[in-house]
Amino acid sequence: MNTTQKPIMEIKDLRFIYPGAAQPTLKGNNLTIYENQITAMIGPSGCGKSTLLRALNRIHDLYPGCKYDGEILLRSNTTGEMNDILKLRKENEFIKLRQQVGMIFQKPTPFPMSIYDNVAYGLRLSGIKNKGELDGRIEKALKEAAIWDEVKNRLNDSAMGMSGGQQQRLCIARSVALKPKVLLFDEPTSALDPISTAAIEELISELKKDVTVVIVTHNMQQASRLSDYTTFMYLGDIIEFGPTEEVFLNPREKLTEDYITGRFG
Amino acid sequence: MNRLLLNKIILILSTLSAFVGIGFLFWILVTLTYKGVASLQLTTFTHDLVEGGIRNLLVGQFTMAGIATLVTVPLGVMAGIYLREYGNATRVTSIIRNLSDIMTSAPSIVIGVFVFAFLVEPFGTFNGWAGAASLGIMMLPIIISTTDNMLALVPKELREAGIALGGSKHKIILQIVLQAAKVGVTTGILLSFARIIGETAPLLFTSSNNQFFTMDMNSQFPSLTVSIYNLATYPDEASRNLAWAASFVLTAIVLFINLVGRFVTRSKHL
Repeated sequence: MNTTQKPIMEIKDLRFIYPGAAQPTLKGNNLTIYENQITAMIGPSGCGKSTLLRALNRIHDLYPGCKYDGEILLRSNTTGEMNDILKLRKENEFIKLRQQVGMIFQKPTPFPMSIYDNVAYGLRLSGIKNKGELDGRIEKALKEAAIWDEVKNRLNDSAMGMSGGQQQRLCIARSVALKPKVLLFDEPTSALDPISTAAIEELISELKKDVTVVIVTHNMQQASRLSDYTTFMYLGDIIEFGPTEEVFLNPREKLTEDYITGRFG
Repeated sequence: MNRLLLNKIILILSTLSAFVGIGFLFWILVTLTYKGVASLQLTTFTHDLVEGGIRNLLVGQFTMAGIATLVTVPLGVMAGIYLREYGNATRVTSIIRNLSDIMTSAPSIVIGVFVFAFLVEPFGTFNGWAGAASLGIMMLPIIISTTDNMLALVPKELREAGIALGGSKHKIILQIVLQAAKVGVTTGILLSFARIIGETAPLLFTSSNNQFFTMDMNSQFPSLTVSIYNLATYPDEASRNLAWAASFVLTAIVLFINLVGRFVTRSKHL
């Protein structure tokens, strides 16, 4: 194993409770996310993998009453220090966080505007107004998301008219345009056909040169094909975490083995 | 066999019911068109009520409905946004939502009486503002609940996606969520306008009516619907014919707005 890999995020003893819930959804999780690696989260429905993923850019905070406990550390670009994102309080701090830690959802979420404006949206929010710079960043992002050739002649068309797979790649382009450090994928292909899925998977593999990827998936083959690290969760606990090969071929825990071999789930 | 027979009976009964319903509608439309068009002259649109036309009535009706719309649309849309986006499903939100729903079906004459007590009696005269206020009160709950419902149809992932790109909540609501619900909200506004443009009861003793052309909102204000009500009760043929013509014009306007509303709903990429 390559020992030079640097942690970009560290989750320490993270507990999370949804508003009104009696039981915590996450019961003290510890996890390290390594830079420029793909980390997959697998586990049966309701195990907390999406909840954990959504804690990493604090999208939970859109809804009031969520309680966190513990630490989620994110390495700073400038100082290289690990800062606790659970300490953030102000809106502009959240905005900065989300520009560094982007998110792609299960269903494609194109905004009801043109393809160009979709990608420009986040860039404009981050303060880029210059048309030339916008054009350049948008073209680059669309190329990185492997969709430039399909859309370059219809940038002003509505994004709602694209196919599901194209919309999902557009959403990835939109996130990539902000040059995030980490991209969170919440079952990004479960609403797509096999061909679109293959395209997205290839794209994610390409992306890891520039960003760190964390992906929640129900598809075990996808996790094994795609990821460098895998974490298996069950009932709010992280049962096992390690290099994907080890987790899949030689799991330490009986529970992991049972899940991977399809005995439950 | 029994099942098939029952099926046939229900099919026949429901078809008959449908035809009865549509039959009455057509009867109304045909009579209205027949009598209305027969009574319609070019001077109907160029003369005021005092000379046997409806020019001042159309202007008056649209002025009051227009003022009502201008005030109510921003209020209603913002209230809808509050209920759906900021209210967080608290008790207060659900009380406001229920009250607003009840208001939608409040008898329009009651709204007229209410406005009479607040905006007519204290000033000692019927006036256009009171008419506009009545229509606005009728319109407000419709716009609140359509905005609320249309925003509810926008998937929460769209909001989350905007937040995940570094947007602040108010920007996401205004630039993305409202955009996505634009067609529905616009339709709601159009349909509520179609609803109030044909109302009589809220105007009867708020704006009352005026035979002359006026833009003075502080005095009795011309109203198409109140005029129809008055004209239809007059004994002379000419007045009753004018009532038919005015009814026909009003129906055509309401029909037109409704059709536009439907057309807007169908066009996906507005």
